[in-house]
Amino acid sequence: MSIELKKKLDIALYVFLMLMGAVSILVTFGIVWVLLVDTIRFFTHPDGGGFPSSLIRFFTDKHWTPTFYNKQIGIWPLLNGTFLIAFISMVVAVPLGLVVAIYLSEYASWKTKEAVKPWIDFLEAVPTVVYGYFALLFVTPLLQKFFVYFGVEMEGMNALSPGIVIGIMILPYTASMIEDSFKGVPQYLREASYSLGASKLRTALFVVLPAAKSGVLSAYLLGFSRAIGETMVVAVAAGMYPQLTLNPLEPVQTITGYVVQVALGDLPFGSFEYLSIFAAGFALFAITLVLNSIAVYLKSKSLGY
Amino acid sequence: MEAQTALKETSQKLKEFDIDSYARSVRLRDRVFGVIGLVATFLTLIFLFTISVDLLIDGWSRIKDPAFYTSYPSRFPEQAGILSSWVGTLYVMAGAIFWSITLGVPAGIYLEEYGGKGKVARIIEANIANLAAVPSIIYGLLALGIFVYRFKLGESVLTAGLTLGLLMLPVVVVSTRESIRRIPRSIREASYALGATRWETLLHHIIPYSAGGIFTGIIIAASRAIGETAPLITIGALTFIAFLPPAPWEDFVGMLKSPFTVLPIQMYNWVSRPQEEFHTNAAAAGFVLLMLALLMNSIAFYLRFKVRRRYQW
Amino acid sequence: MVNPAKMLEERKEKMAAVSSTNNAKIEVKNFNFYYGDYHALKNINFPIYEKKVTAIIGPSGCGKTTLLRAFNRMHDLYPGARYEGEIVLYPDGLNLVDRRTDPLKVRMRIGMVFQKPNPFPKSIYENVAYGLKIRGISSKRLLDEAVEKALRGAALWDEVKDRLSANAYSLSGGQQQRLCIARAIAVEPEVLLFDEPTSALDPISTAKIEDLIVELKQRVTIVIVTHNMQQAARISDYTAFMYLGELVEFGQTEKIFTKPEKKLTEDYITGRFG
Repeated sequence: MSIELKKKLDIALYVFLMLMGAVSILVTFGIVWVLLVDTIRFFTHPDGGGFPSSLIRFFTDKHWTPTFYNKQIGIWPLLNGTFLIAFISMVVAVPLGLVVAIYLSEYASWKTKEAVKPWIDFLEAVPTVVYGYFALLFVTPLLQKFFVYFGVEMEGMNALSPGIVIGIMILPYTASMIEDSFKGVPQYLREASYSLGASKLRTALFVVLPAAKSGVLSAYLLGFSRAIGETMVVAVAAGMYPQLTLNPLEPVQTITGYVVQVALGDLPFGSFEYLSIFAAGFALFAITLVLNSIAVYLKSKSLGY
Repeated sequence: MEAQTALKETSQKLKEFDIDSYARSVRLRDRVFGVIGLVATFLTLIFLFTISVDLLIDGWSRIKDPAFYTSYPSRFPEQAGILSSWVGTLYVMAGAIFWSITLGVPAGIYLEEYGGKGKVARIIEANIANLAAVPSIIYGLLALGIFVYRFKLGESVLTAGLTLGLLMLPVVVVSTRESIRRIPRSIREASYALGATRWETLLHHIIPYSAGGIFTGIIIAASRAIGETAPLITIGALTFIAFLPPAPWEDFVGMLKSPFTVLPIQMYNWVSRPQEEFHTNAAAAGFVLLMLALLMNSIAFYLRFKVRRRYQW
Repeated sequence: MVNPAKMLEERKEKMAAVSSTNNAKIEVKNFNFYYGDYHALKNINFPIYEKKVTAIIGPSGCGKTTLLRAFNRMHDLYPGARYEGEIVLYPDGLNLVDRRTDPLKVRMRIGMVFQKPNPFPKSIYENVAYGLKIRGISSKRLLDEAVEKALRGAALWDEVKDRLSANAYSLSGGQQQRLCIARAIAVEPEVLLFDEPTSALDPISTAKIEDLIVELKQRVTIVIVTHNMQQAARISDYTAFMYLGELVEFGQTEKIFTKPEKKLTEDYITGRFG
C-alpha cells in the first residue's frame, strides 16, 4: 500500500471516529430539541388555554389533570410527589451512604473491599421494576402492619414505601461516589491526624470528611437527581394520584409516574395528553440537569489537592 | 496571670491524661463503628438477598413450571407465560448491543486516542458525562418524539434497540476509554517506531489489546439495560403480545419493524394488576430477570479477572 | 563542596549550651523491619538521648524515613508491615514496636512533623486545638491560651494572631510547616519526630525552622531525618548514618563529621556519593 493511501486512510479513520464521538452531542441536541418543541406546542395548545395563560396556569393551578375533561395543568402536585419521595429516599441514603463510605474507605480491609465491589456493581443492574414489586408487595404490607400497631392507617399506595426502597436502591451508587471522593483525600492528612493520636472515627469525621466535603455533596446531589428520575418503583408503588400533600402515607404521583401512566394509554401524536408528558418531562430534565451540573461543578472543585 | 494558670492547668491535664483508658475507649468505639459500617454495607446485600428470596417464594409455582417459558401472556394467570417477552428481550438487547458498540466504541477510541485536550473532545466528554446522569425515561421521550413519530420507525424492535443502545452509550464509551488507557505508551511507540500508521496501530494493537475490557464494559452496560422498563413503556411497547416477531433469518426487516414486549414490561403489567394470581407471575418474571442480570454480571466479573491476568504491563 | 570545618563553625554558635548529662529516651535494639517479604531495616541498634537532637542521615532509599516512621508506628496504617526487635521508650520501658502495644498509645506520646506541610483544611486555631481536643481539653479558656502558647513556641504567633480563624491553607509553605510544628508541640509530646521538615521549603523558612528545632530541644527529645548534611551538622547533637537499610555509624555529630570511624561515612560526608 502506498504511503499516500495510508495517509488518506488515516484521515478517513480520524473523521469517522470523530463523527461517532459527535453522535453523543446529537443525542443531547435531540433530547433538548424534542422536549423544547413539544413543550412549546403544549403551552400553545388550545386545550391548555393557549400561551401565555397556559404558562401562568402551569405555575398557579392546584391540580394536574391534562387527561381529564376539565383540564388543569398545575405542575406543583407532580413536583410535590417527586420531591416528597426523593426526600424520603435521601433520609435513608444520606446517613447510610456516609457510614458505608467511611467503612469501606477507612475501616474495611482490602479483602472485604474486593469482595464487596462486584456486588455493588450487580446492585446497579437489579431491574428497577423488581424494586417496585418489592416496595408494593413486601415493604408496604410490612409498614402497614407496623403503622396499624400505632393505630395509623396507611394506604396501599403511598410515598413512604417507594421512598425507602429508592433510598436503599441509590445507596450503593451514593456510597461508592463518596468513597471515591474520600480516596481523593491525600494520605498525608490522615497521617497527620493519626500522628496526634486520633481514632479512626475522629480522623474520618473531622479530617477526611471536611477535606472531601464538595465531593460528598456532589455524590448526594447525583443520588438525589437519580431518585428524582427514578420511574418504575414509583409507577408501581406510589399511586397515580397527583396531589399536594406532605403526608408520606398517602398516594402521590411523580413526574415519571405520570409519564408512564399516560404512555401506557393510546397516544395520538400531537394530542394534548401526548404533549403533556413532554412538558412534564421537560420539567424533570431541567431539574436533573441543574442538580447534575452543580454536582459536576462541586466535583471539579474537590480535586483541589 | 490568668494565662499562666490556664497554661498550667492545660499542662497538668495533658500530663494526667489517662492514655490507657483513652486507648480502650477508642478501640471500643472503632470496633462498634466497624460493626455498624459492616452491617450498613451488607444492608444493601441483605436487601438484595431478601428481594431474591421473596421473588423466589412468591413465584415458585410458576418458576418451576416449564410452560411458563413457552406460553404467551393470557388473561388466565395460571396459563400466562413469558415466551413473547423473553424473545422480545433477546431481539431488543441484540439491537441495543449493536448500536452501543457501533456508536460507543469509536467514540471512546476517538476521545482516548485523538481527543487529548482539544476543545471538541472536551465538549464531547462533558456531554457524555451529562448523558450518563439523564433519567432513563427522558431517553424514552426522545425515542417517542423522534424515532417513533418523526422518523416513523414505529413502536418496534428497532426503536427499542436504538433507545437502549443510546442509554448504554455513556457506560460503553467510558469503559472503552479506560481499557485503552491501560495500554502502556510503549506499545504505541513500538508500533509507530516500526513505521505503522495510526490506523494500523489501532487495528493491530490498540483494539485487540483492549477488546476484553471493552467487552466487559458492554456486558455491564447491557446487564443494566436489560432491566430498563421506563423508556420502553414511553415509546409505547405493548404489554400484551401473543405472537413472536419473525425470525431474523427469515424476515430481518419484518423483525425490526415488529411490535414487541420485553420481560420487565411484562412484569410491570402483571404487578400492576389487582388480582393476586398475576403477582405470582410477576414474581416469577422478576426472578428470571434478576438471574439474567446476575449471569451477565458474573460473566463480566470473570472476564475482568481474566483480562487482568492476561495483560500484566 | 562541603566543608566540615565551616559547618561546625556555624553550628557552634547555635550549640552554645549542650548539657552534659545523657539519658537515653529511646533505645533501638536489634530492630528489623519488613514490608511484606522485603527486609527494609536490618538489625539496627542505637540510643536517642533525652532533650537532644538526633539526626538520621543517609542517601535516599537508605531507610531513614522508614526507621523514623517506626517510632510512632505510622507503618501500622498500611498492610504488610512487620516489626522485629525492640524500640524501647523510657522512663517506663515501653516497647514501641511490640505487637501488643497499641499504636494509639505510642502516638499519644510521640509527635511527628512531616516532609510536606500537611495542615488540616480547617482554621489555624482548629489545627492547633485538634490534638488538645483529642486529649479531652475542650474549654475555650484553656484552649485559647494553649493555642497561643503553641503558636508562640512555633514562632508563628505574631504572623497569625489577627487571623486565627483563617483557613490554614491561606498561609505560605513555611508558615504551614510551622503551624504543623505548633500542632505537634501543643500536646506536649515526649518525643518529636521530624521527617525532612524543610525539604519543601525555601532557605529563609528553612532557617526559621532550624532555629525552632534547636530551641525546642530544651523541652522535648527530637529525632530528625534529613538528606541535607549541612542541616544535620548545624542542628543535631548526635548523628546516625544509614546506608542500604543498615546503621553504619552512630555518634556525636562533631565526631561523625570530623573523624568518622567508617570509610563509608567519610565518603558520604565529604560528598563522594549520595
